[in-house]
Amino acid sequence: MNKQIAIEMKGVTKTFGSVIANKNVDLEVYRGEILAVLGENGCGKTTLMNMIAGIYYPDAGSIFIDGKEASIHSPADAFSYGIGMIHQHFKLVDLFTAAENIILGNHSGEKYNISKVSAEVRAIADRYGFHIDPDKKIYDMSVSEKQTVEIIKVLYRGADILILDEPSAVLTPQETDRLFDVLRKMREDGKSIIIITHKLHEVLSISDRVAVLRKGEHIGTVNTAETTAEALTEMMVGRKVELNIDRPAPENVQDRLIVKNLSMTNLDGIKVLDNISFTARSGEILGIAGIAGSGQRELLESIAGLNPLDCGEIVFNRPKKNLPVSFYHKSLADVKALAAEGKFHYEDGSAVDFTGKTNAEIRALVNAGKVLFNEDDVMNLRDKTPLQIREVGVRLSFVPEDRLGMGLVGNMDIVDNMMLRSYRKGSSVFVDRKKPSDLADRIVKELEVATPNTHTAVRRLSGGNVQKVLVGREIAAAPVVLMAAYPVRGLDINSSYTIYNLLTEQKKNGVAVVFVGEDLDVLLELCDRIMVICAGKITGIVDGRTVTKEEVGLLMTKTDSDVKKEA
Amino acid sequence: MMLLDYILTSVAIGMTFLLGCTGEILTEKAGHLNLGIPGIMCIGGASGCLALKACYDLPGFLAVIIAIIAAILGGALMGAIYSFLTVTLKANQNVTGLAMTTFGVGVTKYVMNGMAINATRNYLYALKYFRAPFASADTGLKYWGIMMYLAIGIALASAYVLTRTRVGLHLRAVGENPATADAVGINVTAYKYGATCIGSAVAALGGLYYIMDYMGSMEAYKTIEALGWLSVALVIFTLWRPQISIIGSIIFGLLYLAGTRIPTLLGINLGMSATPLLQMLPYLVTIVVLIITSIGKKRENQPPASLGLSYFREER
Repeated sequence: MNKQIAIEMKGVTKTFGSVIANKNVDLEVYRGEILAVLGENGCGKTTLMNMIAGIYYPDAGSIFIDGKEASIHSPADAFSYGIGMIHQHFKLVDLFTAAENIILGNHSGEKYNISKVSAEVRAIADRYGFHIDPDKKIYDMSVSEKQTVEIIKVLYRGADILILDEPSAVLTPQETDRLFDVLRKMREDGKSIIIITHKLHEVLSISDRVAVLRKGEHIGTVNTAETTAEALTEMMVGRKVELNIDRPAPENVQDRLIVKNLSMTNLDGIKVLDNISFTARSGEILGIAGIAGSGQRELLESIAGLNPLDCGEIVFNRPKKNLPVSFYHKSLADVKALAAEGKFHYEDGSAVDFTGKTNAEIRALVNAGKVLFNEDDVMNLRDKTPLQIREVGVRLSFVPEDRLGMGLVGNMDIVDNMMLRSYRKGSSVFVDRKKPSDLADRIVKELEVATPNTHTAVRRLSGGNVQKVLVGREIAAAPVVLMAAYPVRGLDINSSYTIYNLLTEQKKNGVAVVFVGEDLDVLLELCDRIMVICAGKITGIVDGRTVTKEEVGLLMTKTDSDVKKEA
Repeated sequence: MMLLDYILTSVAIGMTFLLGCTGEILTEKAGHLNLGIPGIMCIGGASGCLALKACYDLPGFLAVIIAIIAAILGGALMGAIYSFLTVTLKANQNVTGLAMTTFGVGVTKYVMNGMAINATRNYLYALKYFRAPFASADTGLKYWGIMMYLAIGIALASAYVLTRTRVGLHLRAVGENPATADAVGINVTAYKYGATCIGSAVAALGGLYYIMDYMGSMEAYKTIEALGWLSVALVIFTLWRPQISIIGSIIFGLLYLAGTRIPTLLGINLGMSATPLLQMLPYLVTIVVLIITSIGKKRENQPPASLGLSYFREER
């Protein structure tokens, strides 16, 4: 290959305190190629790229650009070398328009003229096939539009080397395809593109070469055409990983959560959920597929008791008929009251009458399992707060999309975050710290959470580890219904499969699992049934074992007019 | 006639608010809530007066210039101390600001007390130069001196810089999202220092204006602190826009004087106890504006997004 080298890194090392983020990395990038940097979470991919982009400065080693040694002390230095980075968390000022964000930090001597910038932005967009309105404010934009602004910002400044940190993590399959088309055009234009990712199928579809990092070290660089997903995974993890998700047949299936005609209007007056009806069954994983923002978040939040509904019912069904009464959920007084209402019967079918019996006799009868329920325990969770839902004995676990916003408190340590679920337990005025502390230790050990100790603030952990802490806590609450929204978003392969296995394990334990996912391949492998929603409406509930990816994809974009045509 | 005098006087006192408010807006646009503004205004007045006392024999025109420069330097120094504590050392902005106010008020009391006792070669000789070119004490325009035009000029210039220039765009970016500004190569620390020091210098002029022009009195320094707090409230009232603050400061001036002027205007005697109630008006209006803008939820009317937060670069 007689291609020109754009960037060369030699012996680059970076440490944060006692943690080694990158150790002695040698890497080169050519002009006119797409290089994928692959590795698990916390392997130092982003740190390495941040050193090229001037966010960090290497402790040792050197970086050569076009054959000359470069010292990149700040993002401004990086720009002067023609390097631009598109971060995973967009660095945009919400209040500014696209054009204002693009011109930001540009110190060229020209007079400040925003309409001229807008015209230039349009020219760049046309050249590479972007769609963008330069005068639109960032807070009005979708995630994919924001990413476009980031890319144009870098191009506007004349970057020849583009670094994209997990560009597809927040995009739909269609948006990702469009992005990849643009990247290919840039490659033809002679630009060097570095993509940081952990999605293997993307690596294989877009990159020319793949550099694999593991624990801060550069394991090797291979040509994409000469490698396979399995080989890359092995390089990445250091051992063979089964890329199969175990999907046992559902056992002992019962209707657990019945949602009927649920509709909801959000604060802006837009109908985000429209007549949603479905049933989540125990021992089964129900997948929810749909383009981001189709109402998945609102649906789960409604069930969890966080959103007021316009109409509809959320019925929780606990099959109790002909099962023995226990004191686990009910006190003696409750049992007596229910008996007086005639809710119980004996094994032989005769009615239960506790009148004239002493408390000890009643206890003995109940504990012997002689008292049985007449009816299933059915309750409507609508308009109940999360606390009320818990108080009526429904163990509902919710892994929200916004991990550090709704799931965990970033500034608190792992133990304290465990206590968020248990602080009401116990009768003393002091909280019990022993059990949450044990639980935190167990989660750290069993889910292999990478953390110095359980007293580290959660926000200091990497995304995958935060998610493990959250999922671990929710599962530890022994749920009857487990709802998880995008639980593997931003996670590497190994962590993702850990999470999938945890969900499957819960399903085997008879939990009704509701899983909102974005990767259709995973949904098809993991879920027993898949419910597809589009713009707040259910467009289909299909069998996860027989349906194809294309069928689900079609349902995801089904519009009202399509539905009418069929009818 | 009394009504006209009321309005003209309100405009004049409004300029104190305007200078304090413009200074605070510049600081807040960089993401720093400077609650030291009242203290900084006091220091501005004190350092201006000290300079006037020192250059007793100079011609009036020069004396005014030197006093203004002294006030700017005094304010900038306070701004630099505040910036060092909050930008470099990343101390809590609210606590630091309150400490700066306490410090500024205390130092001013010490300095001005000394000057009030020692009445010879007093700083008040410069009063008439400050009130030029409308120095006549007979008209309602008696307070409309050069500093008033300076105040309006600074407010308009600030509005222009903030909305129409690259520097303003960068400054707003620093206040909205310093990490973004840093990533595109803007020197966040320099902008924070610069905006805070310039803002403090502008606010300091407010203190000088109040003593040397509006009040023209030995005892005036005692009330600057209260006016400083009103200036901070005015920032919210004006939705962080210097051009609105020109109108806002006049409204605040009207409201501030309402307690003493309106009863006279209407010819009623409210008595001593009712006056403080009317003096609450500027604060009440601020609260109402705050509520209205919160309901409106328009993003442009909200405070800078990173207001009050320290920026750590290395945080991952």
